Amino acid sequence: MEKLKNNPLIKAIGTQRLVALLALIVIYLAFGIMNPRFATYNTMVNIFDASYYIGFMAIGICFVIATGGIDLSIGTVLTMSGLVAGYLSVNMGFPIWLVIIICILIGTAFGVINGLLVAKMGLPPFIATLGTMMLSKGIGSIITGAQSVTWKSGSDPEGWYRAIFKIKTESGLLIPTGFLFLIAAAIVMAVVMNKTKAGRYILSLGSNKEATRLSGVNVDKYLIIAYIISGTFAGIAGLAYSTIYSTLLPGGGAGFEMDAIAGVVIGGTSMSGGIGTIAGTMIGVFIISVLKTGLPFVGLQTHYQQVATGLVIIVAVFADVYRNRRKS
Amino acid sequence: MGRVMLRMKGIDKSFPGVHALDHVDLEVEAGEVHALMGENGAGKSTLMKILTGIYSKDSGIIEFEGQEVNFTTPAKAQEAGIAIVHQELNMMNHLTVAQNLFIGREMMKSGFISDSMMNKEAKKLFGRLNIEIDPSEIMGNLTVGRQQMCEIAKAISRDARLIVFDEPSAALTETEIEELFKIIRDLRSKGMGIIYISHRMDEIKVITDRVTVMRDGTYVGTLKTKDCTKDDIINMMVGRVIYEEPKQAGSVKENAPVVLKVEHLSAGKMVKDVSFELKKGEILGFSGLMGAGRTETARAIFGADRKDGGEIFINGRKAEIKTTEDAVNQGIGYLSEDRKRFGLVVFKSVAENSTMASLSSFMKGAFIDKKKEHQQAEHYVHLLNTKTPGVEQMVVNLSGGNQQKVVIAKWLIKNCDILIFDEPTRGIDVGAKSEIYQLMNELVKQGKSIIMISSEMAEILRMSDRVIVMCEGRITDEIPIEEVSQERIMASATMRNQEVSNGKTEK
Repeated sequence: MEKLKNNPLIKAIGTQRLVALLALIVIYLAFGIMNPRFATYNTMVNIFDASYYIGFMAIGICFVIATGGIDLSIGTVLTMSGLVAGYLSVNMGFPIWLVIIICILIGTAFGVINGLLVAKMGLPPFIATLGTMMLSKGIGSIITGAQSVTWKSGSDPEGWYRAIFKIKTESGLLIPTGFLFLIAAAIVMAVVMNKTKAGRYILSLGSNKEATRLSGVNVDKYLIIAYIISGTFAGIAGLAYSTIYSTLLPGGGAGFEMDAIAGVVIGGTSMSGGIGTIAGTMIGVFIISVLKTGLPFVGLQTHYQQVATGLVIIVAVFADVYRNRRKS
Repeated sequence: MGRVMLRMKGIDKSFPGVHALDHVDLEVEAGEVHALMGENGAGKSTLMKILTGIYSKDSGIIEFEGQEVNFTTPAKAQEAGIAIVHQELNMMNHLTVAQNLFIGREMMKSGFISDSMMNKEAKKLFGRLNIEIDPSEIMGNLTVGRQQMCEIAKAISRDARLIVFDEPSAALTETEIEELFKIIRDLRSKGMGIIYISHRMDEIKVITDRVTVMRDGTYVGTLKTKDCTKDDIINMMVGRVIYEEPKQAGSVKENAPVVLKVEHLSAGKMVKDVSFELKKGEILGFSGLMGAGRTETARAIFGADRKDGGEIFINGRKAEIKTTEDAVNQGIGYLSEDRKRFGLVVFKSVAENSTMASLSSFMKGAFIDKKKEHQQAEHYVHLLNTKTPGVEQMVVNLSGGNQQKVVIAKWLIKNCDILIFDEPTRGIDVGAKSEIYQLMNELVKQGKSIIMISSEMAEILRMSDRVIVMCEGRITDEIPIEEVSQERIMASATMRNQEVSNGKTEK
């Protein structure tokens, strides 16, 4: 065990991420053994489909969690972005490129609001984003007249946007382009987290806000940036969700944020701030999407997915807590 | 006076690296108010913590009411009849007065807590003490003075016969202090023993019967208050041999320009109308007792706390400092007294902490130039002789002295011209201490200017070119190093505001 711990590879990945990665592989193989139909290419594409909206939300909220805060609004902001943008496209005839931009900007706008509420008005993040969670849920329904919205289908002249996340060739082959998009976004945001001033100060203020402020850093500004990143990625997640699942229900989306938070936490980001890992977050996101996609294959319903996710969170985080306790 | 109630004899206590108490004696009689005095760090609190069971003594004897006792927990001291009223009150602000008084021993009526019974009992108690407080009032609505009275009442209700007051008047107004003294006199007349810790010389004269003075963890002596003068007490408090040579003369040139000028600065309750000048190449010592408002003054100048009034001039030009960012841009660096909370992000690396204030100069386009960052951090690790396995090391793993060097590196890399060192050597071992002194001397030689807040008399005398003394948020004295004496500093540091406003400068 001691030898294993000092292995440089394990050190580099980090215990918690390693546990998460192993869990991902074990879960995937277990489903594959229980139902051979699971280990197919098309199921893999389904897993990817489920990972997009959770993944984009998780990348964004990872920044907020790294500040020591939380953003409860991302799930309903996702739905509102999808609803409003879809409504503008289908009912108002807005061109699809504009709709895509609006979809993302609605998320950004909520990020700005959350950031101002937390940084400038001093509201606790939980309360501020609980408020905007309800606001976004309600406003989305009001704008669309409480009607569900179905985005334009792939056969529509404007259906090209679907290719951002999935291409179906004439021979029926599915190409998960969204996977590349998600990974690209993860890489870019990992660089932002680790190599830019914003990322450095976000992690730093999450670890010790007062010491960061007393170093002459405008902590309010970087706090707001974290929420803007979170909101914007909720908007992108809205686009991903709308593209993959087409139909959005008014009032939906509450609870999506918990999947994203679970992904972030499984990946090794600390809820108390100061640590944020995008790579770990991605592993966490895929664990959740494998569970979501795989359980129906073995004849189990969503309830079991929740039980499984709950156990994974507890085990993964406990591994980290246990290690830190041993260290001190 | 009465019989001896408490006798502490030869109390000895060591912490790793510090001999906190060296065979200290203390005797308190029944019906006596006994002052315990000494500078910060003299060992008063440690002695009281041993008495009340928070710390255990290494050796020595404690006798209380004729019996040898050894309290292992605060609860046992309380049971025996010894209570302490802390400077910071331990009250639950959202509960009522009566609920606070009876916390942990609630009165029950048929299985439920009975507020009416507790209110009645509290009323009786207050009546006995001549205190007028409504027991059903929410604690948080009371003034600090009233809350303190509740704390005293709580101690009495637990049948305390010896009460320790730890700087009780620090947060009180004049009238509240009067009320407090009335209660204390009343308790004394009932034959209780009272230990009164305070830095306020005039209060000691008014309320206490005897004074025991401590210095550097040792017992200096006990005097009858009415037979001694303020000077006697001050001499006992400071009469230590200073091993390091104090500075004989300031090294600042007569015509050195003023780099920082503060005029009529006010901020909150702790900074009142503070004005001073800092010259280029000067170390300006800020002396005073704990809570004198020195840190608050520094934080207000640095933009860390809001200013209520006053102006700041840097190099003759008026400076608008609203945030810490403004201050840093103006070339001010602040080294906090509490490094771990305010100075460092301890779970980040030496390199990251070193560049925290100057990250902009380590950017290559949008990205941090980590190579340059490491080089610069390493450069300062060598320069300051910081002991760390590498710049990737988390700061939390470094010793106090080396952590302080990382903070210093942060401001040196930013190249600040005005540095505020707040207790620069607190919790730092002797070796690192002299290195930091040397460094400060080098910095002023290079033309930087330093404000040094220190509660260590020896440090003030050794490092400063000029000394400013604060007491209760005001500057009470400004002394060139040539004229400085421990006695004068201590007299100014204990000068109450009436004396200041009356213009009396008695020593």
